[in-house]
Amino acid sequence: MPEYTIFTEEMKKTHTILVPDMLPIHFKLFIAAFKAEGYKMELLQNDSRSVVDEGLKNVHNDACYPALLVIGQFMDALKSGKYDPDKTALLITQTGGGCRASNYIHLLRKAVDKNFPQVPVVSLNFSGLEKESAFRIAPKVFVKLLHAILYGDLLMTCYNKCRAYEINKGEAAKMLAKWQNRLGNIFYKNSNLYLKTKKIYTDILNDFAEIKLSDEKKVRVGIVGEIYVKYSPLANNHLEDFLISEGCEPVVPSLLEFVMYTASASFNNAELYDSKTTRSRIFKLAYKFVYAKQKELINVMKEHGAFEAPHDFEHLRALADKYINQGVVMGEGWLIPAEMAALAKSGVENIICAQPFGCLPNHIVAKGMSRAIKQDNPNANIVPIDYDPGATRVNQENRIKLMLANARL
Amino acid sequence: MKKYSLGIDVGSTTVKSVITDAEGNIIYSKYQRHLSKVKETVIDQLKLIQADYPDESFTVCITGSAGLGLANSAEIPFVQEVHAAFLAVKRKQPDADAVIELGGEDAKIIFLTGGVEQRMNGSCAGGTGAFIDQMATLLGITADELDNLSLNSQKIYPIASRCGVFAKSDIQPLLNQGARREDIAASIFQAVVDQTVSGLAQGRSIEGKVLFLGGPLFFLKGLRRAFVKTLGLDSEHAVFPDEAPVFVAYGCAVYASSAEDAYTTEEIIRKITEAKASDDIVTGDPLFNSQAEYDEFIERHKKFDLGYADIRTYKGDAYLGIDAGSTTTKLVLITGDGRMLYHHYSSNQGQPLDKIADQIKCIYKVINPDIIIKGSAVTGYGEDLIKAGLSIDHGIVETVAHFRAAAYFCPEVDFIIDIGGQDIKCFKIKNKSIDSIMLNEACSSGCGSFIQTFAMALGYDIAEFSQLGLFAKNPVDLGSRCTVFMNSSVKQAQKDGATVEDISAGLSSSIIKNAIYKVIRAKSPDELGKNIVVQGGTFLNDAVLRSFEKELGRNVIRPAISGLMGAFGCALYAMENASENGSSLISAEELAGFDYTSRSANCGGCTAHCQLNIISFGKGRRFISGNRCEKGSGTVQKNKVPNLYEYKYDSILNTVKTHQPRKYRGTVGLPLTLGFYEQLPFWHTLFTTLGFRTVVSDESSRAMYYLGQHTIPSDTVCYPAKLAHGHIENLLDKGVDFIFYPCMSYNLDEGESDNHFNCPVVAYYPELLLANNPRLNSENFKYPYMDLNVRKNVIRVLTQTLRKYNIRGRISAAVDAAYKALELYHTDIASKAREIIDRARAENRKIIVLAGRPYHIDKEINHGIHKLITSLGMAVITEDSIAALAHTPKLGVLNQWTYHSRLYRAAKYVTTQPDMQLVQLVSFGCGIDAVTGDEVRNILESRGKLYTQLKIDEINNLGAARIRLRSLVAAMK
Repeated sequence: MPEYTIFTEEMKKTHTILVPDMLPIHFKLFIAAFKAEGYKMELLQNDSRSVVDEGLKNVHNDACYPALLVIGQFMDALKSGKYDPDKTALLITQTGGGCRASNYIHLLRKAVDKNFPQVPVVSLNFSGLEKESAFRIAPKVFVKLLHAILYGDLLMTCYNKCRAYEINKGEAAKMLAKWQNRLGNIFYKNSNLYLKTKKIYTDILNDFAEIKLSDEKKVRVGIVGEIYVKYSPLANNHLEDFLISEGCEPVVPSLLEFVMYTASASFNNAELYDSKTTRSRIFKLAYKFVYAKQKELINVMKEHGAFEAPHDFEHLRALADKYINQGVVMGEGWLIPAEMAALAKSGVENIICAQPFGCLPNHIVAKGMSRAIKQDNPNANIVPIDYDPGATRVNQENRIKLMLANARL
Repeated sequence: MKKYSLGIDVGSTTVKSVITDAEGNIIYSKYQRHLSKVKETVIDQLKLIQADYPDESFTVCITGSAGLGLANSAEIPFVQEVHAAFLAVKRKQPDADAVIELGGEDAKIIFLTGGVEQRMNGSCAGGTGAFIDQMATLLGITADELDNLSLNSQKIYPIASRCGVFAKSDIQPLLNQGARREDIAASIFQAVVDQTVSGLAQGRSIEGKVLFLGGPLFFLKGLRRAFVKTLGLDSEHAVFPDEAPVFVAYGCAVYASSAEDAYTTEEIIRKITEAKASDDIVTGDPLFNSQAEYDEFIERHKKFDLGYADIRTYKGDAYLGIDAGSTTTKLVLITGDGRMLYHHYSSNQGQPLDKIADQIKCIYKVINPDIIIKGSAVTGYGEDLIKAGLSIDHGIVETVAHFRAAAYFCPEVDFIIDIGGQDIKCFKIKNKSIDSIMLNEACSSGCGSFIQTFAMALGYDIAEFSQLGLFAKNPVDLGSRCTVFMNSSVKQAQKDGATVEDISAGLSSSIIKNAIYKVIRAKSPDELGKNIVVQGGTFLNDAVLRSFEKELGRNVIRPAISGLMGAFGCALYAMENASENGSSLISAEELAGFDYTSRSANCGGCTAHCQLNIISFGKGRRFISGNRCEKGSGTVQKNKVPNLYEYKYDSILNTVKTHQPRKYRGTVGLPLTLGFYEQLPFWHTLFTTLGFRTVVSDESSRAMYYLGQHTIPSDTVCYPAKLAHGHIENLLDKGVDFIFYPCMSYNLDEGESDNHFNCPVVAYYPELLLANNPRLNSENFKYPYMDLNVRKNVIRVLTQTLRKYNIRGRISAAVDAAYKALELYHTDIASKAREIIDRARAENRKIIVLAGRPYHIDKEINHGIHKLITSLGMAVITEDSIAALAHTPKLGVLNQWTYHSRLYRAAKYVTTQPDMQLVQLVSFGCGIDAVTGDEVRNILESRGKLYTQLKIDEINNLGAARIRLRSLVAAMK
């Protein structure tokens, strides 16, 4: 038996599960889906300096920034007195794989164990890790979460585009809130309404297309990088907001790409290393299912025409092959160069690669591949920005400003 | 009417302003240090302009790293500084091909021809103007004097150029060992050049007409010379424009000239005066809320002081203690009952030997002839030099000295923290002996000397500066990372309008947070124990002391002689170990004629060719430093201490010398790097069995690193990986048919871990090499993906890779031979380890398991640490040689990397062997060891063993390693 506190069947009823603030748009939908399953969940939004301080206290300072922030956010929340430690659990994602990230859950448990040994830590993973936990993802929930990702991605794309160009400030945010609510209700109600993707996609697209946009020409800035730092405003010092304030349009690749990358890694590896297993075959099937879903979204978006569709995942794979083997599957692996190349090719030539300071896989896949991508796309302007508890905003913003000055040459 | 344009460049250390007329000519310019009073300095300059141009109006623009916030809040247009430089160059030097600009804290390159590109240093690259200032402070001179010194250099020492803090730890020991200051000065400039060329250009060559800009390049001739020489430029192609210091401000004026709105100077001054500081500045609590609180604090700490005796009237025995620290010199003379006769504390200004000799002269001058100095002891970085030069009786390790001194004030002490000029040393005391030691790592060093440099940069002396912080209302939160980051945090705080008082208090608290959370890694104050003694010069600073107490939430003991504790501990040691025959300390007569000369030489003892510093004191007495083993010191040890690192290294090097086919179908190049340090026997056997000749790259060296430096895209990757770039260049120069370097997500499964990955860097580095070295292509570089655990996969992949050689049928047998060879290699290492353990036990030696990764046997990576250990009389074995002797203990983390899982098992095994201790080697930048380090510590400490971690990088300085290892020896007794 493991020594840590296990999330039991009873806790489902008594415990509130805290969720770190990683992808604000998507995670709200996830929570609705889990609530429908009877879980109590809450998205953390504490982001004061004490989050970082708690992280520094509880995590080895050379561990990467995402671990430090996620754990800091949890500890800060638990110490705030807002939550009864006897009725609180923590949720953390776990990917498995050769990156340090697989160890987050263990680092979190070490931290929790010191102060709140009664608080169970729950792993959100699709690899069958942590079998003894009562927190499980039934196939039905998996399908729901997949849809939450699809809708979340669509909302994110429309929202980023609209808020960069909206004439009446705040309209995009209002529209986002409206759809988050509506989708939340759909997920919560446990009906199958969420499966009516085509209709919902079109409604979302139509709604956002109503927002009046200026036809001002803005620098489009792609954001790629380590998954947490890329999406979490807490980690990247509100990068998207900063870009908007600088008169740019942030272009953020969809979360689904990361999910598909993870799924494809399994069967890719199996082929690469001649070690096919039932598991890798299942992943291949799952991948095909998800890819069909992505295709559907892309088609609806293309047909509608107002917003740019996400990169076709097979197209990303083909692009990756030009620069790096799809065997590079630690961290965000080959997906980063593929996304950079896809952005550059689609005219988003200014690209910020957001990463934790000292991120191991990114030595290879981000800084290591920039030269090759620039060679093929001479106008690509790729700027790695490191995030770290000690790194200052002024340094980061100054480098982004330099990139923008380059862009406006 | 718009006629004039005004550009204001607000950099990290200076403010520059330039006015251009309607034709774009510079009609006014000004360059001034702002000493962190950014807003005031800008307004001062504007007032000067107002006096000259009372009635004119200007289009205006601000640029510079510290100008961003100011421009935003004053609602004045802003242009990014690199872009401003670009605009200026386009006007003034349109035919330039590249621009190098060094500023106070930034370094920039602009490539103008062949694809315009503007680049700036990343967040971890401090080697610029502020860095040069810092180094000058270290030498106790001005930047100009540093420059003059550099012009008379004879040789260049390798100094880590990536980061200011690293460079400092390279320079300090050179100083303490008596290297020529001229040479050090030139080496500092060369380090800046190397950093710019490798860190910024990253493979793109700097050619054609190069323009050099920025204050440092304008004012420092030695720096100019180093750049011109390194880039191989002639006078026509290296341009140093007269307006260099204000060039960016000029570009800013150019940018301003296209603006619509013009303002009078009065309007501009008003805008800037009224600019609000942004409110997103994070602040903490004041250190003291009232004078009464401060008085109570002072009173409380007064209690811990020594008695004093008069050196002119006292009669009896006395004992001398010397602490030759990295930046300061401390010396005490005490009576037999612990009263202070004489004490001294000062900066060593890079000349510790001279300083201490002077002090002893002073003592001899005033001392009562009835005082007999019965013993003397020295500790600190300069220990060996001082001991040799001044005939001191004992040399002791710093940790021991500090413990003795602390126990004098608090016999029950269970935790000591010493923050000195360059080091933070913490030790836990258990059962009256040192139980565990924590020292700051290269990256976080920057303690006392950091505040000092900072104070000076802001125009204060250190005492004055720290006093300012005591009653600051809103101490700024500056984070707790390394000093380079702190620099930029301070910059940001300044930008946001923090006062000098707030910054001073913030710096004190940063140093404390760094010590507690990064060095001690404490989760709660209780971990430190009840009786805490703080010492070291930095704690004399009341703001630092108060920050520490506040952060811990408890009171601590600071002896009044806090800064002299090392020396005091030495004196106590000298007292306890005084010899019947009196002290050997240099006499007043000898001292009168005391002189020494220093010269440098290369040791010829082995292929490492250590750079030696030889100091002669006359009468044939000399002191040699810079050597890693006993050979260089001129003494020969009779009985060689067994060392598995050397055996393994030789064994790997010899691999390719055997069994080369006489006739061969091709030549395969194998880079001696990362995973090859273990798998070479496999690949060599495979290829030679298939009828290929194998060639490995030459042994690693600093030169090898420089060879590939220009192809390194990420300057924060670990040094072992960076070295790979040189090995590839080296192999390409050797003319092999192809280089073989497979990618492997997985390493061998040793059956004792949750998974068996390689780390991302080891796994995929070939991808990075191919993408960044233009000489590599798919023909001359083969980097197939394979999994050595899956035989059929290896065979299939190799068959594919070697298709053109038509050897399909022979591959499977060759693969089997290769597996066999690898297995033989592993058994050989294990049995050699057995042999070493047995011999060490027969000779009654302790055994150190120097635990790292296979590539840590590379002598350019381990910097000879294994020899340092054997020179202390202990045998050395490796982690892989004993990992199989234990099972994985219970772990709190995912055990999923093959190399790292060996650490856990080796640690477990060590805990079962009374005469073994483990020392973990960690390469800087290894994120995975952030996970393993704590775990290995846990395994060892929970079973009563000591944990010692040595962080290594390109830094060639073993000073810190030496202290740790000697402390370990002391603790093992």
